[in-house]
Amino acid sequence: MSTFFRESWIVFNRQLRMNLRNPAWVIIGMLQPVLYLLLFGPLLEPVIAQLGGNKYTWFVPGMLVQLGIFGAFFAGFSLIGEWREGVIEAERVTPAHRSALLFGRLYRDLLQLLVQALILVVLGLVLGMDASFGGIVLGVVLTLMLGGACAAASNALALTTKSEDVMAPVINLVMMPVLLLSGILLPMTFGKEWLQRLSDFMPIKHVVDAVRAAFFGDYDSSMLWGVGWTVALFALAVWWGTSVFKKENA
Amino acid sequence: MIEARGLVQTFHTGQGKQKREVHAVRGVDLDVAEGEVVGFLGPNGAGKTTTLRMLTTLLRPTAGTATVAGFDVATQAVDVRRSIGYCSQVGSTFSGAYAGDEVVDHGMLYGMSKKAAVAKGEELFGKLQLEGLWRRMPKNMSGGQKRRLDIAMALIHSPSLVFLDEPTTGLDPQARINLWQHIADLRTKEGATVFLTTHYLDEADALADRIVIIDKGEIVASDTADNLKAAVAGDLVDLEVSADEQVAITRDKLASISSDVEVEGHHVRGRVARAGKAVPGLLRDLDNAGVSLESIEVVRPTLDDVFLTLTGRSLRDAEAAADGDGAAGDDAAQPAATPEGASA
Repeated sequence: MSTFFRESWIVFNRQLRMNLRNPAWVIIGMLQPVLYLLLFGPLLEPVIAQLGGNKYTWFVPGMLVQLGIFGAFFAGFSLIGEWREGVIEAERVTPAHRSALLFGRLYRDLLQLLVQALILVVLGLVLGMDASFGGIVLGVVLTLMLGGACAAASNALALTTKSEDVMAPVINLVMMPVLLLSGILLPMTFGKEWLQRLSDFMPIKHVVDAVRAAFFGDYDSSMLWGVGWTVALFALAVWWGTSVFKKENA
Repeated sequence: MIEARGLVQTFHTGQGKQKREVHAVRGVDLDVAEGEVVGFLGPNGAGKTTTLRMLTTLLRPTAGTATVAGFDVATQAVDVRRSIGYCSQVGSTFSGAYAGDEVVDHGMLYGMSKKAAVAKGEELFGKLQLEGLWRRMPKNMSGGQKRRLDIAMALIHSPSLVFLDEPTTGLDPQARINLWQHIADLRTKEGATVFLTTHYLDEADALADRIVIIDKGEIVASDTADNLKAAVAGDLVDLEVSADEQVAITRDKLASISSDVEVEGHHVRGRVARAGKAVPGLLRDLDNAGVSLESIEVVRPTLDDVFLTLTGRSLRDAEAAADGDGAAGDDAAQPAATPEGASA
């Protein structure tokens, strides 16, 4: 095992131990998409009937992306706590790779996201979701990459602001247009023309379209755009996170 | 073990028109030999922590060079980190994790196997009086226990050089004295060179072989505590005579070994370098001159006297000024400022 993977594994194990010691947030995080699926899903039936197909095949991909974004974007809050207690500085004075300090935390966020995604998919299948195994795997992989991007960005933002009071409104500022313009809850095709054009500028909308396309087995140009944006966002966020861990003046 | 030449650190604070440069460290030269315990003394905002952060590779110097344990802090940062232990003033463990887990994980980040880290961790817990606290969370520990745990973290990989940043700040007097013994043991039992920053005069006096005084980002003195006191301030000798006519004779005799003699009633006072050697001769001279003394008092100078002589203000006044105007580039206030360079 290379030094980088060994170091990031040590950080991951430490983070996982701390999370499992305080499982309230893990349980709350898992409960949220289940409630959406059970309580919001039935409301979609008359709307989705216009598009054809099972309502959960439409809705589960949106919920997956929502999980990937919202769960991961709050990962940075715990990092601020660690910074305040001197943990980050203690880690930065060891010879460990700076990127390993970030990736160890990303592994924890991705594991949590994977478990939540699997619960969501299994529940969707139980409720009648109609998707191929390959499509589900591709959709979950895209979700994990997007979640990784959001977690990396959240960690970078946390070490840049070093304040929960600053970070919370910044996340809200970013999340609101993402929620409204990415078609997470309902496809943007239901909206007016100008709203659809506006949503074309929202990268997450293309990721949502790609995850839906994967579930429906439509491997067209929307899939290409979605995959492209996911990879680009992931690379950009990891670069940002790593550079902040290098430069961070804790 | 440490060799620094012309270390400079400049921060930028504020935005727009409020933006200004803060020269936190202005050309620091430092030499620390293997096995030394060096106390880095100065008020808040003097540049202690900024210098320490440059030496521990957490902050890239704006200018100047430094080698630590034989490695350059700018170009061989990873080798420096392997060789040093660091105990920051804010701590190093997460309050909600088990103490033993934190120490072992930290050791593993230095490349130790889990087995070796556990063995070394248990040994350190024993030495630092942390027995029975392996499965205790730092949030449930006393201040003294937490600081000893921080020291265990810093020592887990057996470094040859240990940096301690204000190790006893916030501790009660009993816990401070207890921690001093453990810091003294770092050299005697662990064989480590120790570089500690402090703004406590008694701490520097009690622990350090040599004291380096920094003020406003510049080194103003470097020597043993005794030499600094003797050379800069001298001992205060206070002679009380029994009759008015003896005052002038006593003043003249004292003036032969002191340059700043003062008279107040029957008291004649003056600073004398190494009074232990000079005073017996003075007493003989006074006795031969027929002067009978009511009392004699020799007061050893404090490091605050040294600081006052060197900088024109007492250390406590300097602290109050630094705390008041916040014009530092130092200590925990740092996150508000932007350094010129960042660590690699």
